[in-house]
Amino acid sequence: MKLNLKIWRQKDAKTKGELVDYTLKGIEGDMSFLEMLDVLNEQLINKGEEPVQFDHDCREGICGACSLQINGEPHGPDRLVTTCQLHMRKFNDGDTIVIEPFRATAFPVITDLVVDRSAFDRIQQAGGYISVNTSGNTVDANAIPINKHDADEAMDAATCIGCGACVAACKNASAMLFTSAKVSQFALLPQGRVEAVDRVQNMVRQMDLEGFGNCTNTGACEVECPKGISLKNIARMNREYLSASVKG
Amino acid sequence: MSGLTKSSIARKVVMALSGLFLVFFLLQHFIINITSVIAPDTFNEWSHFMGYNGLVQYILQPVLIAGVIVHFAMGIALEIKNNKARAIKYKQYKGSANASWMSRNMIITGLVVLAFLGLHLYDFWIHEITYKYIEVSPEDPTRYLEETVHKFEPFARTIIYVISFVLLSLHLWHGFASSFQTMGVNNKYSAGIQTFTKIYAIVIPLGFIFIALYHHFNPITH
Repeated sequence: MKLNLKIWRQKDAKTKGELVDYTLKGIEGDMSFLEMLDVLNEQLINKGEEPVQFDHDCREGICGACSLQINGEPHGPDRLVTTCQLHMRKFNDGDTIVIEPFRATAFPVITDLVVDRSAFDRIQQAGGYISVNTSGNTVDANAIPINKHDADEAMDAATCIGCGACVAACKNASAMLFTSAKVSQFALLPQGRVEAVDRVQNMVRQMDLEGFGNCTNTGACEVECPKGISLKNIARMNREYLSASVKG
Repeated sequence: MSGLTKSSIARKVVMALSGLFLVFFLLQHFIINITSVIAPDTFNEWSHFMGYNGLVQYILQPVLIAGVIVHFAMGIALEIKNNKARAIKYKQYKGSANASWMSRNMIITGLVVLAFLGLHLYDFWIHEITYKYIEVSPEDPTRYLEETVHKFEPFARTIIYVISFVLLSLHLWHGFASSFQTMGVNNKYSAGIQTFTKIYAIVIPLGFIFIALYHHFNPITH
């Protein structure tokens, strides 16, 4: 397969970037998108050029490191997959593929396709934890009966890998799907109720401070999320927030 | 409650509540207007009531104006914030792949409806204020139908009304159900709310279009 690539190249955070054209031959359908970029980088290195920098780690869709806006969509045209799980068979011979970094003011570009997503870490630090006695008297979580439906929904929320596709897809660069998943995974469980009031307020405050946009319920985040995190979580976060605001 | 006024969720809730209030107002407005076609005497009677009742004039009308201003001002404030949230835009952004046109263009449909509101207020509200408070004309409970029908005589004005209602329909199509999601309602009733929203977003604006066209093609001649 021969591909025409238009890749965002940017030396560093302060330098202005631009789309650069590359032509790549010999790409097979069984390759993952990142393997295709590996092939490109090998060629660039052999020519003495600077390779394209991009984030990646596990390459099996669980770490949330890979990103990339591919032909205008985060993680590309496929659904429920991360960029590392996207296969080149989704593209055709002769296709032009535009590859850009996730764009959000809260996700500044570090270089090329690598963005700083530490804003998500700070939102997590603001409330993404529970207080558990770890002094040797820790109670087994399974000792507390939990409604199956709640346990399933909490688990679904907890599958969020924090990749940032929700922000990248949203026309407002809103982080509400991510934040709501992190609020929901605790809000539904008894262990999470202890700090529920502070958690939702602190995490939403941090989310706003980071400069993310406001959710307008377009639903783009839910469609593009590689883990299928539901908009129900945003509704739950809104309920939690309104309830917490009344309580104090 | 500290920081509530700056909170993104609180602002969303203000948008949702003011929006729902305006949706309810629209229904009330439509019910009165449709009588201009099916029961002209009732239209005159109700219009006169709305124009001279103290509760409507001095309590409900200011609340309505406040509702419009809040919805508009908050919408603009959120739009500015949202634009800043992606200061550097994508070279290629495929919004249609994951969200409806209506949900992505609420600001456009909203601004068109707002511009229409300017014309609408000029046509009817300014006229009423002039009649009652500037010219200090006597009460005439029979004048409303003729004045309304007269407004729809020009083809251009009728077309502007029709186009505006189409944009209003698109605005409602996303906004009505969306306000429930903002208020935290996403459950077994959500599918019903979505269906009701679509019916409402079609029926009410279509009804207003029908009224405008009906009066355009059925002028009152003496």
